[in-house]
Amino acid sequence: MIPSKNHIGQSHRRKNALRHLAGRGRFVTDLALPRMVHAAFVRSPMAKGNIVELDVSEAAVASGVVRVFTAETLNHSCVPWTGTLDHFAGMQSGAQNMLASSEVLWVGHPVVMILAHSRAEAEDACELVMLDIEDEDAVVDGDAALVKGTPLAAEGINSNMCFQTLLETPDLDDAFARAAHVVEGKFTFGRHTAVTLEPRAIVADFDPSTGQLDVHHGTQTPYQFQDVYARHFGLSEGRVRVIAPDIGGSFGMKLHVYHEEMAAVAASLMLGRPVRFVADRLESFVSDIHARDHRVTARMALDAEGGILAMDVDDMTQIGAFSSYPRTSVAEGNQVIRLMGAPYQMPDYRGRLSVVFQNKVQTSQYRAVGHPIACAVTEALVDRAAELLDLDPFEIRRRNLLADDAYPHVSATGYQFEKLSHQASLDKLHQMMGYEALRAEQTALRKQGIYRGIGIAPFVEITNPGASFYGVGGARISAQDGAVIRLTPAGDVHCAISVTEQGQGTETIIAQIVADQLGVTPDQVKVTTGDTDNTPSGGATWACRGAGIGGETALRAGRKLQMQILTLAGEILQADQQHLALASGAVVDKTTGQERITLAEIGRIATYRPDTLPKGSDNSLTAAQHFAPTGYPFDFTNGIQASHVEVDIETGVTRLLKHWVVEDCGRIINPLLVDEQIRGGVVQGLGPAVFEECLYDDMGQMTNASLADYLVPMAGEMPDIEIAHIETPTLDTILGAKGVGEAGTAAAGAAAMNAVNDALRPLGARISQTPMTPLRILTALGHV
Amino acid sequence: MKSPAFEYIRAESVAGAMSAYAEAGDDVVYLAGGHSVVPSLALRLQAPALMIDLSEIAALSGISFQDGWLRIGAMTRHVQAINDPLIAAQAPLFAAAAPFVAHPAIRNRGTLGGSLAHADPASEFPAAAVAMRVELEIASPKGTRRVPADEFFLDIYETAIEPGEILLAIHVPGPVAGQVIGFDEITRRQGDYAMVGAAVQAVAKDGILQDISIALFSVGTRPTRAVAAQAALMGRVIDDASIADAKAALGDDLDPPDDLQFPATMRLHLARVLLGRILANLEAVA
Amino acid sequence: MKTDITLTVNGDAVREAVEPRTSLADLLRDNLQLTGTHLGCEMGACGACLVMLDGAPVHACLVLAVQASGHKVETIEGLNESGLIKDLQERFHDRNALQCGFCTNGMLMSAQALLSENPMPSRPEIREALSGNYCRCTGYESIVDAISATAKMRSGQTGEVS
Ligand SMILES: Cc1cc2nc3c(=O)[nH]c(=O)nc-3n(C[C@H](O)[C@H](O)[C@H](O)COP(=O)(O)OP(=O)(O)OC[C@H]3O[C@@H](n4cnc5c(N)ncnc54)[C@H](O)[C@@H]3O)c2cc1C
Ligand code: FES
Ligand code: FES
Repeated sequence: MIPSKNHIGQSHRRKNALRHLAGRGRFVTDLALPRMVHAAFVRSPMAKGNIVELDVSEAAVASGVVRVFTAETLNHSCVPWTGTLDHFAGMQSGAQNMLASSEVLWVGHPVVMILAHSRAEAEDACELVMLDIEDEDAVVDGDAALVKGTPLAAEGINSNMCFQTLLETPDLDDAFARAAHVVEGKFTFGRHTAVTLEPRAIVADFDPSTGQLDVHHGTQTPYQFQDVYARHFGLSEGRVRVIAPDIGGSFGMKLHVYHEEMAAVAASLMLGRPVRFVADRLESFVSDIHARDHRVTARMALDAEGGILAMDVDDMTQIGAFSSYPRTSVAEGNQVIRLMGAPYQMPDYRGRLSVVFQNKVQTSQYRAVGHPIACAVTEALVDRAAELLDLDPFEIRRRNLLADDAYPHVSATGYQFEKLSHQASLDKLHQMMGYEALRAEQTALRKQGIYRGIGIAPFVEITNPGASFYGVGGARISAQDGAVIRLTPAGDVHCAISVTEQGQGTETIIAQIVADQLGVTPDQVKVTTGDTDNTPSGGATWACRGAGIGGETALRAGRKLQMQILTLAGEILQADQQHLALASGAVVDKTTGQERITLAEIGRIATYRPDTLPKGSDNSLTAAQHFAPTGYPFDFTNGIQASHVEVDIETGVTRLLKHWVVEDCGRIINPLLVDEQIRGGVVQGLGPAVFEECLYDDMGQMTNASLADYLVPMAGEMPDIEIAHIETPTLDTILGAKGVGEAGTAAAGAAAMNAVNDALRPLGARISQTPMTPLRILTALGHV
Repeated sequence: MKSPAFEYIRAESVAGAMSAYAEAGDDVVYLAGGHSVVPSLALRLQAPALMIDLSEIAALSGISFQDGWLRIGAMTRHVQAINDPLIAAQAPLFAAAAPFVAHPAIRNRGTLGGSLAHADPASEFPAAAVAMRVELEIASPKGTRRVPADEFFLDIYETAIEPGEILLAIHVPGPVAGQVIGFDEITRRQGDYAMVGAAVQAVAKDGILQDISIALFSVGTRPTRAVAAQAALMGRVIDDASIADAKAALGDDLDPPDDLQFPATMRLHLARVLLGRILANLEAVA
Repeated sequence: MKTDITLTVNGDAVREAVEPRTSLADLLRDNLQLTGTHLGCEMGACGACLVMLDGAPVHACLVLAVQASGHKVETIEGLNESGLIKDLQERFHDRNALQCGFCTNGMLMSAQALLSENPMPSRPEIREALSGNYCRCTGYESIVDAISATAKMRSGQTGEVS
């Protein structure tokens, strides 16, 4: 018998974690190259204004300063970038360049770049720059931005409306006319930001002697940046190498084009020496993309039994002065209006989206793009309906969630679901959380003045995107991935793959998948990622594709190499390869499992003694494979979350007591890593529900732009998170994995908001705004 | 977030530090634990020409009894307020306040003297100091003096310490029989500066309050003694009625700042809730 | 401008000339290439920069290098080589208590300090001890589990995470 080789599905630990535990991470922030100079930026202190005077002469001669750049001396080296895509019909945005030339458009807009021998000296010199800006009226609020006569947020646009779209089924109005019940609400979702612990970092290293540009860049998408740097700086792609080593968190924030990174590259090209830019935390808050910032008005039509007939939604989202590049700032809103009501049997729908410019930091894609908003609005309305109809939250969802045998299904917003497991997930959650007991406890505690709440939120998550996401709109963003796998002369395996590692365990799962194809252990598979010179081209890490697309790529590459090895082994052994298989590091007899020849021996013969091979044999032991999904335009996963909270009704402080998740991400490659993706994701959903918010005053100043003032979720306030799984593999791929990176974030906030409102319900109070701060809760309760 | 350049002297004595200060002129900042000063340098909120490090001056350390008072050296670290048995016995409000101050690693460095000298109106120790009616011993080139806590805190980041003077020690009066304390605050996250906090010290005899001292923090420009609330409680038992009166009286004691994040009405509301809870707990122990 | 300092770092005597404004973190990272000490906020709010100073964890971003002169500093590199936290590192590995690894240095420092003071901390006590350590990736639970498991194993219990 062939020993089982199922590493797929096992909780393998991450080998690369050992380096971090030993203090041996290799982050861009750790890199010091010979002759490297450090960048700091003078930034706009106001939200909007005209530069009337800029004098850098004193800074230019300050101690340690190597060079000072302004728009005049830097911008010409770069082709401006514009964050629009063709498939978002009618969208507009101004073009961007590295440094502000005449107008500043948000607090933090970079105006001057100073390069010095140390970051401290560069900061010293920043203080010597004379920058005089004539204040203009800033566009701060999205609703006000659309009022006639309001100034434009930027140049190059004809109104403050970046993009508008409308989705509508023909019978929408009829559905509302027929409805026995209509529930409605107005929701506000605050701006928040990624706050990766390692800030954005880049070391651009141009060597004029060879014309080679190496960019060490803390990004999740190295190939995208190779393309961007080549095109915008007029270099041939072959001369641009992007290396993404260890990255201290990314979550979508590190795949956008930023002014400072482009400026670092431009400066290195001009100076011919390495230029380092590491955003400090203050800069991060005013230059990393922000996320969300929605105002949503929504209503839901139901029949007499609580069956959902339709939703009618209007989302206004505020994105800053420009649409981000190259993915735009409209994908978030687009996903909001398309994911509304997604888990439910809901025949009719109307969704309106307005994406609006204002003078703030750009917003763009961040973990679980659009999902938390769609989920929170939908689930809040479902809970309101349950309250109106006096139904238990589980019962109303049981009546409305898509049946587990109703697939394939096309949603009212046009999404095609291959197969989901909502009803099974609902049942599993009910049992796992001990729902009845929690309700009994809730009732008992209320009598003592303790207000606990339970909230649930089913969700659908988009994964494994194909080219329909960006590619069709003209973006040079790869929807495919590639892998090269080789058997080394010693019989080990090496896999170079385009998907990247930010700690989620990409390299570990790739090793597991490859190991299973080649009959070795994951320990014997070395995986290389994050280097455009040493891995094949691909999309890397975005929108939950590492396991589903990267994993499938590795699987197919592994099978290709398996065939090569078996063919060669057949020739060496003079045996029919049909009777051979790979197991335990060797070629074995398929039926008896008996070892015929080790992989090491094959590697040795193919490498050192190809002369002994039969004439005409191919000694290649390297396989290359690229893969793009061709079935559904993207996959969907599903799941459900529950939150248990206690609201101190006198102080407005909410305590998160416990959180549960039932998740169906298709084939589970590594349960340990899947669960940790979910937990991390949940906390990234709970943070903005309770704490995180980029606060702006009415002049467009961000008032809490430091880690002392912006409240990230910390250990003391986060709950334990219990997780269960249902496994419905996609049949689109051999592997069957769908992805899990964003599931936790998608519904955690929705569950928490429903839980807080459940706690407040007996007091007649309700909250529809995140984060759910003590002030907002006290206001809802009438104490303030 | 790199600090601007400055010169640095590690002082060996109080006199040495003061004369170095006098020599250098006004652009000087004393350094204790550095956990308020160094972040402000990183933010480039100040740019001193010279920093004089007080942290290794032996005379500023040590905790001992002196004439029935407990003398706590200014350089006593926050963590010692949690661990030191003398502080637990005679300065229990410092011990009660300390776990609320920042996070463990910060408490390893931050000093009690630094916290009081810094006089952040949202800080815990200053309110505890007011509630305990401590006296602050300040050295100047002309000699030393002791200032009662009620006269020490003047405004945001402003104390009775004049430029160049050094806070030497905190003197805590001896405990009275039957004394009980209460300390609590309302924060959004553990270790955050409080939205509102309060330190209470009381002496009861047969259930009747003989003395009560209440200081609130994060309610104004300095730790604030709740005079009206104290008056509402004196000579009474702690019960629902007296607690309600004390809470109502806070309206006379407090004039909290008003901003979008924290409207004054919210702070007053929270202060009342908090004081009510602390008093209710005192009732349990009294 | 520069001041001479001498200190012990991971057992080695170190002599450096630094600007007084240089933080201990910058000294360790830039002058001594001890890049296991990370910087996440440079104002004491994230805990990525924790090192042991005379045996207790402190924020290397808030201590000036000149203040550390005459003192003993231990970084993650030193603790790792000492073998003192091997069990803790192993439990972190088992439990996948790190993703990007940027917070890990600080988590290990806080954990080690906690366990030396309180050998059997409860979960809330562990969470409290981590109150100054930000992690964006894990959601904290796995870190709490790993510390709890280490405590149990050090005190002779199984360390199974329930
Ligand atoms: C992330 C973070 C969170 C924090 N959270 C809290 C919190 O919740 N509550 C809280 O109360 N504090 C908090 N702090 C502040 C911390 O407690 C400080 O350490 C403390 O307030 C100041 O003490 P220090 O010894 O560090 O003083 P330093 O920063 O060294 O000095 C502070 C000021 O006092 C002056 N000074 C210090 N000692 C003397 C002296 N003996 N004589 C004359 N002048 C002197 C200095 O010149 C300086 O102006 C926090 C700090 C950080 C970094
Ligand atoms: S870098 Fe020191 S605490 Fe964040
Ligand atoms: S593992 Fe990334 S910040 Fe903790």
